Amino acid sequence: MSAPLLDVRGLRTVFETRAGTVCAVDGVDVSVHRGECLGIVGESGSGKSVTFASVMGLVKSPGRIEAGTILLDGCDLRGLTPKQMRAVRGKDIAMTMQDALTALNPALTVGEQIAEVFDAHDYTLPRRGSARARAIRDKSAEMLGLVGIPSAESRLRQYPHEFSGGMRQRIMIAIALACRPKLLIADEPTTALDVTIQAQVLELITEIRARLGMSVVLITHDLGVVAEHCDRVMVMYAGQVIEEGPTAEVIAQPQHPYTRGLLASIPRPALRGQPIRPIEGQVPDLIGLPPQCRFYSRCPLHRDACLAPVAMRSAGPNRRVRCILSGEPVE
Amino acid sequence: MSAPPAPALLVPEAPQKAESIFHRNLATFAANRLAMASAVVVVLFVLMAVLAPFVAPHDPNETDLFRRMQPPAWLPGGEWSYALGCDALGRDILSRIIYGARISIFIGTAVILVATSIGILAGLASGYLRGWVDVVISRIVDILLGFPYLIFAIGLMAMMGPGLWNIILALAYKEWVIPCRVVRGETLVTRELEYVEAARALGASRWHIMLREILPNILSPVIVVSTIRMAHVIILEASLSFLGLGVQPPTASWGSMVADGRAFILEAWWVSTFPGLAILLLVLAINVASQGLRDAFDPRFQE
Repeated sequence: MSAPLLDVRGLRTVFETRAGTVCAVDGVDVSVHRGECLGIVGESGSGKSVTFASVMGLVKSPGRIEAGTILLDGCDLRGLTPKQMRAVRGKDIAMTMQDALTALNPALTVGEQIAEVFDAHDYTLPRRGSARARAIRDKSAEMLGLVGIPSAESRLRQYPHEFSGGMRQRIMIAIALACRPKLLIADEPTTALDVTIQAQVLELITEIRARLGMSVVLITHDLGVVAEHCDRVMVMYAGQVIEEGPTAEVIAQPQHPYTRGLLASIPRPALRGQPIRPIEGQVPDLIGLPPQCRFYSRCPLHRDACLAPVAMRSAGPNRRVRCILSGEPVE
Repeated sequence: MSAPPAPALLVPEAPQKAESIFHRNLATFAANRLAMASAVVVVLFVLMAVLAPFVAPHDPNETDLFRRMQPPAWLPGGEWSYALGCDALGRDILSRIIYGARISIFIGTAVILVATSIGILAGLASGYLRGWVDVVISRIVDILLGFPYLIFAIGLMAMMGPGLWNIILALAYKEWVIPCRVVRGETLVTRELEYVEAARALGASRWHIMLREILPNILSPVIVVSTIRMAHVIILEASLSFLGLGVQPPTASWGSMVADGRAFILEAWWVSTFPGLAILLLVLAINVASQGLRDAFDPRFQE
């Protein structure tokens, strides 16, 4: 298999707070292959957004990356200067924000906001003058057309408040895709949208991914979305990856008790009339965690051996799990 | 029977003309009658200042000792060609008020333009960059705010000497802290919003984020504060001129005109009163108009 497009090893991102050091991401390994769609699942605070903010170099003070390597196409992103990193953001990796309703600047027209990306990153455009402006406008209209917004030319002159939520999410995607990035990080692209629009937006991402041959990381807490759109899935819990593998396998045979719990808590028609079975308890406080299994306090199967640190174990080809009850230790 | 009308839902909606928040606010402002009237008064003052050579009935500096302290037209001894009377040197008060408007409005506008530009840059830098930039700028602002405004301006004028440009400098030196504080506060809020984060994720530079992403969104409160402060600056200029530190005679300035008439306020009240009324009217009009602007532009005042 060829080298992955994005290869993150041993990433550790911490936030210094008054109450102590919060380790939001603790030794996470991620690899995203070319043309692949990787789903990242986990509840709020599991570190999925922070992991990819770290990849983008967008972790805000008081947070910082403490350890790990981030390789994009073999280039170490952590070694780049801020200026070089700016050239990568938007060009090689693009990100769509969680809330499409607030992620567009209300004071600028949609056209201006798409144009900014071309202005910053596209070196094939004419240098200056009206030729450049026209080229940018044509490309912007083309992007709106790509994400399925009709009469793009006239809509470029409108402001974000004149668009519906689904339209705004499409515009966000158009902005993110403007420079044909190699990797699109979609951070909960559908949380602010209603179900029918959700499906349309995800279809759109999948379709464009196939057409442009880019890789997509889909951050979500909806396993249904992952099942339908992702090749591989990574489940995160309390700052660690706890299970990883091809989507179909992970959903058919979850190995980690947490993944099983997540799947069991999805309402489904076959179980109509029965109460939903949520996972009992709370995510542990990320300050001063003991070395034991992070899921210990909520795990129905926990035993004394779980009080020792748990490493990732291999559970078949391309599958890894962080539970002593399944898989085999990796050498 | 004609065909039934097509269902309204199927008629494609014509693309609407883009309407920015700014235009909507401007319409709200226009609907406020008192504010509109005040804005008209301000515009009249500006026109009067610009067209002074054509509007003024006499040369403002022409003295006529036979007309010393001639009363306004409606009092015994007055005449309509000198409608508001004459001062101690026999100069036409109406003409001097018209020319004085040039000084007041020019200085007010210039100071606000300079101060707002500096304030926006300093406030954006301090609010967006944070760190030592913020500490340095905020301390300078605190120190300047600690000085009483007039004493600060008097001190600077004493150091630099009187003159039109020196007044503008002396007032702008301290005035920029007001827009700076407003911009800093708004920037602190705006920099945390998702679209700023989104711009960073697209590789936008800091300059770009400050000037293109944040500035357009915080411009409304800055415009409102600047217009309110304009009235303040006009009063300060009048105060400096009243104290003899402003524009030098014989150039007509409302403040120095009030000072001229002070000695004989009992015998010839019109010499001080009319320029005083001019200050009052302009400042009041600017204040009411800017209040209307605030009501229109500040979302907290909208239903």
